[in-house]
Amino acid sequence: MEATRQKPKPETSAQPQKRKMSGSEAVIYSLLAEGVDTIFGYPGGAIMPIYDALYGFQDRIKHVLVRHEQGAAHAAQGYARVRNEVGVCFATSGPGATNLVTGIADAQIDSTPIVCITGQVPSHLLGTDSFQESDVLGISMPVTKWNFQVTKPEEIPWAIARAFYIAKTGRPGPVLLDITKDAQFGEVDFEYKKCEKIRSYHPYPPVEDDKISAAAELINTAKKPYLLVGHGVLLSGAEEQLKGFVEKAGIPVASTLLGLSAFPTDHPQYVGYLGMHGNYGPNVKTNECDVLIAVGMRFDDRVTGDPNKYAPQAKVIHIEIDPSEIDKIIKTSVAINADAKQALEKLTEAVKPNKHESWIQEFRDCDEIEYQKVIEHDIYPKSKQIRMGEVIRELNELTHGEAVLVTDVGQHQMVANRYWKFKKSNSNITSGGLGTMGFALPAAMGAQVAKPDTPVVSISGDGGFQMTIQELGTISQYKIPVKMVLLNNDFLGMVRQWQQLFFEKRYSFTEMTNPDFIKIAEGYGVPGKRITERSELTGALKEMYECEGAYLLEIAVEKEENVFPMVPSGDSVANIRLD
Amino acid sequence: MSDIYQDKTGDAVEKQFTLSVLTEDLPGLLNNVTIIFTRRKLNIDMINVSSSEVPGVSRYTIVLTTTREQVEKVVKQIRKHIDVLGAFVYEEDEIHYQEIALYKVPTRIFMGGVNVEKIIRANNARILVIEQDYILIEKTGHKEDTQKLYDILEPYGIMEFVRSGRVAVSKSKRKTEQFLEELENSNTHSLSINGQNK
Ligand SMILES: Cc1ncc(C[n+]2csc(CCOP(=O)(O)OP(=O)(O)O)c2C)c(N)n1
Repeated sequence: MEATRQKPKPETSAQPQKRKMSGSEAVIYSLLAEGVDTIFGYPGGAIMPIYDALYGFQDRIKHVLVRHEQGAAHAAQGYARVRNEVGVCFATSGPGATNLVTGIADAQIDSTPIVCITGQVPSHLLGTDSFQESDVLGISMPVTKWNFQVTKPEEIPWAIARAFYIAKTGRPGPVLLDITKDAQFGEVDFEYKKCEKIRSYHPYPPVEDDKISAAAELINTAKKPYLLVGHGVLLSGAEEQLKGFVEKAGIPVASTLLGLSAFPTDHPQYVGYLGMHGNYGPNVKTNECDVLIAVGMRFDDRVTGDPNKYAPQAKVIHIEIDPSEIDKIIKTSVAINADAKQALEKLTEAVKPNKHESWIQEFRDCDEIEYQKVIEHDIYPKSKQIRMGEVIRELNELTHGEAVLVTDVGQHQMVANRYWKFKKSNSNITSGGLGTMGFALPAAMGAQVAKPDTPVVSISGDGGFQMTIQELGTISQYKIPVKMVLLNNDFLGMVRQWQQLFFEKRYSFTEMTNPDFIKIAEGYGVPGKRITERSELTGALKEMYECEGAYLLEIAVEKEENVFPMVPSGDSVANIRLD
Repeated sequence: MSDIYQDKTGDAVEKQFTLSVLTEDLPGLLNNVTIIFTRRKLNIDMINVSSSEVPGVSRYTIVLTTTREQVEKVVKQIRKHIDVLGAFVYEEDEIHYQEIALYKVPTRIFMGGVNVEKIIRANNARILVIEQDYILIEKTGHKEDTQKLYDILEPYGIMEFVRSGRVAVSKSKRKTEQFLEELENSNTHSLSINGQNK
């Protein structure tokens, strides 16, 4: 393909007058009409016509060539999460599409709006086991909010409009469009109309006033009300409404992993992080509160432990946009099936101003215990080796909470989310529901492309980093200035911790002989440094943070560090262990 | 640890439920609906898909044995699918339903002095086809009824037997078209889980 080949000049307006064009061009014009400025993708035979059309639009759409399609999906997720908009990725048929699946599943369980477009073999070959054919619709069905196979060019604008509408409305999620090659080549009379309604889909159930008054009554008479923030608050853009509500009602606030950054960590009513490796108070007090208000969260088992022993004494108010989440795990007293923002606005009006100082103090007392038993040793260790917690503390101080924190999966993820102080909305990006190792690097890349002027830091373990390490190539090619911190314990740390605690220290296949990560980064043209001593830590973090481009800082941390507190899997949150 | 999600209330009793699902008539939707059962390792007893009285709208009738708790979660997850218009769950006394059974028996049993005619009349069945080798008997009814006839005919040798999935309509006065109209104009699923107005 000659780079100089002349192409017809694209329309200057995103929406050309109704005119004839190829299905591939229709894909691009439709994406432009949806305001898409970035695509993460990887080409191949079945999607070549679309890539060819894209070639003529490089001034208006940035395409980032990833090194593996899983990276494209995670990058689209990172993009979507920091911007609260739809992320887009492209892949070819067969292996290209199947490589996307992990990212799609991750986006589904973490309610992330992405639109994935895959090429498919020509429609006359469907079902014949033709070259690079796989049943992408069948494979992606359980992990998409909606999927659709386009076999005719005229379906393209309709399908793309619908895809964006479905991906971003209500409880967001991934949508996959599988477009056959003949549909890409075929001709369409292009006209674009945004999708505004689907009769079978009701993404915004109205707030029911009687539910609001019932909830307000419970809250007004509660002695120990307690609010849990989930990802839904961020997705709904309800941060201010949440603050207004809890400040009026004087309620302490804890957060799920994905809810982090919806409520400022330094707020006087913020009491901490929930779940298996969450803070002591927030877990224990769950079983002491009298009214539990859950906003935009789904009672994941990493939050509830044994659901039969989860807040049995409490009346539960669940504010949740997805009706299938209501009463799924925890039975509610009042269910408000609505968008968090609208519900919180109404609820704020309905509640009486109140204060619960001594109740909040009970959380503080727990913090004191946790500090003595766990936190101090984590963030100001006296042991010889560097601990993960002190790295996070120092990095957080250095970035003044301005950076977006992207974490992979494992011990480092839990530690990072325990000790990071969040100031800004959507500044926490992690794989929560699926727990996908390898998520951080590509997601950080996507987040950085979405917000070029915001510092983005990723934290990975030595295991997860190697699952998507090839994205260093993408980072290098596009000069994406992510700051990568690799907390290297030469172990699959989280699994090793479980082996130590629950499998009598039988370290079955969790120790890793690792490569020279800095040399690898260097090979990709990414500068980096490895440190092993505490005395080097502050300087090295500063050097990384001040570096203009991408940078990899590998920190050798204590090999057998354990993350505490911990609610043993399947146990009650009240039985959280401090050591 | 395996019992951590087990419900300890009355909702935990297993019963037969009939789901009625209205969807847009699109390829792939059956798969979308059934994987919701697969995920929970729920076995579908019977399933029937047909067009409804409204053009472009399919009706699925699905029968399964499980707990009220499970079935309600399943229905909510079915409703969540973008192209599902409505999904409702009924117990036996909330619906009118029928199944149809076909019995292929050897023609020679007529010769053996069996009063087939009488059996057929007594069971409200009818003869569909008489061939040289076999006769085909049809019976419509609930499973107990079609099973009863099966048991009677069995000693004479049943060559082939088939029973259809259940078809059911609810006892409510609602018209499907009216439901769809309401759906079109509202921003919520206006009906409760058993199809009654909220
Ligand atoms: C793709 C994938 N495979 C396996 C796991 C199971 N798993 C969870 S945490 C973990 C260990 C992670 O090790 P590492 O990346 O080194 O981080 P650390 O826990 O040491 O901080 C493993 C294997 C997973 N979450 N994702």
